Amino acid sequence: MQYLLMLYADESGWGKMTKAEQEQGYAAYMAYTEALKKAGAWVGSNRLQPISTATTVKNTNGKAQVLDGPYVDSKEQLGGYYLIDVPNLDAALSWASRCPGAGHGTIEVRPIWSM
Amino acid sequence: MQNQAVSVDERELQARSMAEDVARRSYGKLVAFLAARTRDVAGAEDALAEAFVSALADWPRNGCPANPEAWLLTAARRKAIDGYRGQQRHNEAANEIKAMNDGLEAAEKHSQIPDQRLGLMFACAHPAIDAAVRAPLILQVVLGLDAAAIGSAFLVSPAAMGKRLVRAKEKIKQAGIPFVIPEREELAAKLDVVLDAIYAAFAEGWTDPTGGDVARRDLTEESLFLARLVVELLPNSPEAFGLLALMLHAEARKLARRTAEGEFVPLAEQDVGLWDSAMITEAESLLRRASKFQSPGRYQLEAALQSAHVHRLRTGQWNWPDVARLYDALLSITGSPVVAINRALAIAEVDGAEAGLRILEKLSNDPRLAEYQPYWAARAELFARTDKKEEARKAYEIAIGLEKDPVVRRFLQKRQSTLEF
Repeated sequence: MQYLLMLYADESGWGKMTKAEQEQGYAAYMAYTEALKKAGAWVGSNRLQPISTATTVKNTNGKAQVLDGPYVDSKEQLGGYYLIDVPNLDAALSWASRCPGAGHGTIEVRPIWSM
Repeated sequence: MQNQAVSVDERELQARSMAEDVARRSYGKLVAFLAARTRDVAGAEDALAEAFVSALADWPRNGCPANPEAWLLTAARRKAIDGYRGQQRHNEAANEIKAMNDGLEAAEKHSQIPDQRLGLMFACAHPAIDAAVRAPLILQVVLGLDAAAIGSAFLVSPAAMGKRLVRAKEKIKQAGIPFVIPEREELAAKLDVVLDAIYAAFAEGWTDPTGGDVARRDLTEESLFLARLVVELLPNSPEAFGLLALMLHAEARKLARRTAEGEFVPLAEQDVGLWDSAMITEAESLLRRASKFQSPGRYQLEAALQSAHVHRLRTGQWNWPDVARLYDALLSITGSPVVAINRALAIAEVDGAEAGLRILEKLSNDPRLAEYQPYWAARAELFARTDKKEEARKAYEIAIGLEKDPVVRRFLQKRQSTLEF
């Protein structure tokens, strides 16, 4: 089954880190991604730009309404994702708990709707 | 003709009794087997329900099958496959049909249906399932109780309970919660959740000591059945022994907990002769088996406490220091304020009521206790023993105001009225 791991964290945390800490954090994500690939579980992953770059779109009466800012304003923001393919929820949760993001934020695990 | 009519009736009775017997003994086993690969618990339940309907039509006509479980599985499989064929999502349906066929071939190779009830219970008690629905879910999918019976026991409307159960089953299926017995290193922690769910069901049943409410009375029996099942399927888990021993100790005293007039009888004043000795003996032997593993846990300690109380009241031997030590150990595991109250009462027996009161006084900052009846009743009891009658009266007043059960409320009022000024 495929699962999307959505990484939520307070994005202002990154800017408060020293350069050395940022490098360490980056290396941890690289190692995690590598481990997923080695296990044959990695399907895709990306880091997102901060919510200051977000724009929302909604069509009302056939007219697109475009607004500056994220869909929800919250203390922790969606900062990236991993799409993984594993046998079941336990395996997905186990990978989520190893993700560096679980240490400085929250990870939401959602099964992909299979068509 | 008359003979034949009688024999048809008899065959119907026989079929019905066999079906009831299989439902009672193997319902969860059949659901677990049917749903193990597809994880579609609701689909398995529906297919099995239809298979039972077919059985009641077929068995009186063609005779009861030698292996009714296998007959029901074959019928349920056909229903399930028909069900999936009817669905529009072809890929998914094809996968589920394949999974179901694979499972049946595996079952046909063995003469016995593999017992996957424990895996099903672990799925129901999975951390991804809402904690409040775990016990109801186990009761439904392993025992086949309906939402109305479960709802009435957990004081939730049948409709609301039904919705929660449907949602939980949907989550098992869609989120891919596996039916597996956890690996050794995770087993103890995950088993605790299953045991907690069984104990929650038992506690719901236990709050109806007169047995007037059929749904609740059944819950005690059903949860004992589940605890026995876990003990049988996981014979190396001392906490499972502990839970069953604890439940048996409680159940053994059922008749002694109320007078003939329905009045509450505290443990210390119960008629020992009304206790069920066979259950107590079984509980004691389970505890001995558990202790061989040298791995104490919450349920073993609670059962050991019950055992110590029973021993004292049966023999008159003063064992309060042992009881206090068991409460110490239990408190360090659970950190529960409820355990802390009982520990204070045990210490009051060993070192005097003043010592017990000092401990209760320290607990008074815990906001969880401000509205907890037994805390105030314990204070009242110890104040009364130290001759602080006004304080005792006030504490009883609060305890009475907090109690839900009218029988216990009357008991507290009686205690309060015996204070002499």
